Amino acid sequence: MSSYEAGFRVWRGDTEGGGLEDFKVEVHDGEVVLDIIHRLQATQAPDLAVRWNCKAGKCGSCSAEVNGRPRLMCMTRMSVFTRDEVITVTPLRAFPVVRDLVTDVGFNYTKAREVPAFVPPSDLGPGEYRMMQEDVDRSQEFRKCIECFLCQDTCHVVRDHEENKGAFAGPRFLMRVAELDMHPLDAADAEGLDRKTTAQDEHGLGYCNITKCCTEVCPEQIRITDNALIPLKERAADRKYDPLVWLGNTIRRRGR
Amino acid sequence: MTQVERQQWDVVVVGAGGAGLRAAIEAREQGARTAVICKSLFGKAHTVMAEGGIAAAMANANEHDGWQVHFRDTMRGGKFLNQWRMAELHAQEAPDRVWELETWGALFDRTADGRISQRNFGGHEYPRLAHVGDRTGLELIRTLQQKTVALQQEDFRERGDYESGLKVFQECTVTRILKDEDGRVSGVFCYERESGRFFVIEAPAVVISTGGIGKSFKVTSNSWEYTGDGHALALLAGAPLLNMEFVQFHPTGMVWPPSVKGILVTESVRGDGGVLRNSEGKRFMFDYIPDVFKEKYAETEAEGDRWYDDPDHNRRPPELLPRDEVARAINAEVKAGRGSPHGGVFLDVSTRMPAEVIRRRLPSMYHQFKELADVDITAEAMEVGPTCHYVMGGIAVDSDSAAARGVPGLYAAGEVAGGMHGSNRLGGNSLSDLLVFGRRAGLHAAQYAGGLGEGGRPAVDEDQVDAAAAEALRPFSAEGPVEGEPDEGRPPENPYTLHQELQQTMNDLVGIIRREPEMGQALEKLGELRVRARRAGVEGHRQFNPGWHLALDLRNMLLVSECIARAALERTESRGGHTREDWPEMDRQWRRANLLCRLADPTGNLAATDPVRGQIRLSREETEPVRPDLLALFEKEELVKYLSEEELHE
Repeated sequence: MSSYEAGFRVWRGDTEGGGLEDFKVEVHDGEVVLDIIHRLQATQAPDLAVRWNCKAGKCGSCSAEVNGRPRLMCMTRMSVFTRDEVITVTPLRAFPVVRDLVTDVGFNYTKAREVPAFVPPSDLGPGEYRMMQEDVDRSQEFRKCIECFLCQDTCHVVRDHEENKGAFAGPRFLMRVAELDMHPLDAADAEGLDRKTTAQDEHGLGYCNITKCCTEVCPEQIRITDNALIPLKERAADRKYDPLVWLGNTIRRRGR
Repeated sequence: MTQVERQQWDVVVVGAGGAGLRAAIEAREQGARTAVICKSLFGKAHTVMAEGGIAAAMANANEHDGWQVHFRDTMRGGKFLNQWRMAELHAQEAPDRVWELETWGALFDRTADGRISQRNFGGHEYPRLAHVGDRTGLELIRTLQQKTVALQQEDFRERGDYESGLKVFQECTVTRILKDEDGRVSGVFCYERESGRFFVIEAPAVVISTGGIGKSFKVTSNSWEYTGDGHALALLAGAPLLNMEFVQFHPTGMVWPPSVKGILVTESVRGDGGVLRNSEGKRFMFDYIPDVFKEKYAETEAEGDRWYDDPDHNRRPPELLPRDEVARAINAEVKAGRGSPHGGVFLDVSTRMPAEVIRRRLPSMYHQFKELADVDITAEAMEVGPTCHYVMGGIAVDSDSAAARGVPGLYAAGEVAGGMHGSNRLGGNSLSDLLVFGRRAGLHAAQYAGGLGEGGRPAVDEDQVDAAAAEALRPFSAEGPVEGEPDEGRPPENPYTLHQELQQTMNDLVGIIRREPEMGQALEKLGELRVRARRAGVEGHRQFNPGWHLALDLRNMLLVSECIARAALERTESRGGHTREDWPEMDRQWRRANLLCRLADPTGNLAATDPVRGQIRLSREETEPVRPDLLALFEKEELVKYLSEEELHE
């Protein structure tokens, strides 16, 4: 087993501001960036703030930017860097800093609340649900999401445009709309909720111009753009230009 | 008097994993205003790491399954030490708890006829685990999280405030349960991790659902949150812990590279056909079938292999014995020099099924080994070894109501509660436990709180608030020597160092195989660490300061570790998750014995505790006899192995 000393540059600071701080730190075989951050805590910077939980790529807590790229620190192996490379670790840029590598991800929880929940079909009781595997495959792919918010962080609609945050749910929550829309038993329609239309009108689907940045950073390799956002856009467009839907909506509006 | 923010709620749930969220949903649906407090972000709890599935006798995969069969398997797995009424309720209610998740939007893997698919797991007679690939825990937590949000959306529609009936205080830690002068629960003392700010929630009912204790051990599958907080909170509030010697070492954790040592390799790998081999290529589990299970497991590889397709006419392979058996077997193989290069054994699926099937059925295992160990599990065997995974012991509770003993208003559910799993938990029974007893705890907590009426609420004792604040601030003033003490002049202790020493101690001295002298050493070392932990100091300020958080968590880990070591020393037999090298046999007389841990100093003043005598007092009590109609579910020949002569004649 071999070890070496690596150069780390870690952003330290809080809401008042801060900057990059240099560290020299030991690295052993098989370690990941999060191991090194932990070693810094244990030996040089006991109050270095960082979120983490499972250290196995399952909880999505240890999101940060490593050399400028949004990543899970627990799944970023040190072996992907050369030994003389200085590794820079900074907090997620799209969210306000709380302290060091910890950011305020409240934006995501606000957006989660704006997506209406699954609507159970009124005619089926618990235990009576029947769904075929091929019909749940698509929504299951989206439910692999570990809510690391890397896609939310990297999406340029909000990354450099704070002003868009109000109107735009971000890839994670547009994907949630798609997941519910593709759920074989979701009964939103029966309650007069058209998820496709709301994706466009209320969650800002139109802001997305399918650059696939979200898909690239997804640690679960969910094909967010191809499987969720593009189909949702197509469905939303179909609704808008479908003459029967137009007629139905017009009549319904008159009835009010 | 400490000036801290106060809020009033009906029910406080400590912990937002499966049990906590299920409790909170139930309490809110009963009409109680419910606050959930969790150390991590909402939706990140340790439950996400559960992989295999939720055990529930829905009989979708085998029509012969039913609650009685599930109950039997659970009792066998726990070696009959289970609080049998809990095992009964659990087996009866688990199917309803799973079906209800579907009405909240969960999407389980399906059978060919569109029902919930169920998979095989160790110790379960029939395929019983509802699952989503190998990420079932994530599906469970997300479904409960989304149901919580759905209820908040309802409240918003009615009252214009999402958080009026159910609020999650994320990244907050509870350090003390507060009580009134009659000893009833009156609230909790907390700090917010982000700001370090203290606050008090006044509430007559508290549900503890904080999970386990694995972070007291070096090699563990558990996340940082598992510092035994709820166990310690209950002890400090005067409630006893039950059978803390039973700690489950999951047989298959990763062993290499070192930084991932302990991370779980799901039992589904074996449930779906994976086999264990030693360095000689031998499927060694056939040599380790204990007498109590002899008739139930295959004697040849051929029979074991046939079982996957024809379970009605063949017996299951011994790789699917309960976890304690498999973990001990692996330990023995490694010790005998037949281990893998990095000190484990081989777990192989690559020769058992096509690569494409492996990737579909075990996606996160494929991913985990590829990313973290450069191992392609479709082409080569994994190296695995035991890892500290789960604590069967926990807060002693009433089976039906989940009420903690001796402290009115206190409830516990999930891993933090004891009794349900006896001496060893079956895989898949954890997620179902969370749902069944989470709901029960929420229900009874809400009913208790509602029954008190506005005027009948216990008052918060201000002295307790002051004491809690002082205790939480102590690490900031740990500077320098205490006058007159021999360690004068020494700097404050580093909490990270103390934690590492504690983990090493528990791993080496109270681990998977236990010996009397080593446990004695462990207790001495724990005494030393306890004294040093009082001087654990931190740098910086209170804003999101991990060093401070760890310094506070040390109190809990030290309390829990002492419970485990004392109870393990006391129980002179081997059973389930407690293996004594010096007492290798299971003793039928011990089956009737429960070991209870209580705080030695009932005032809860830890600082005054003598380092040698320790903080914990043990007592023994006899378990309630199993109800005759439940005993009748077993064959007499099987009962003879577990029950004493007197019990059999009763």
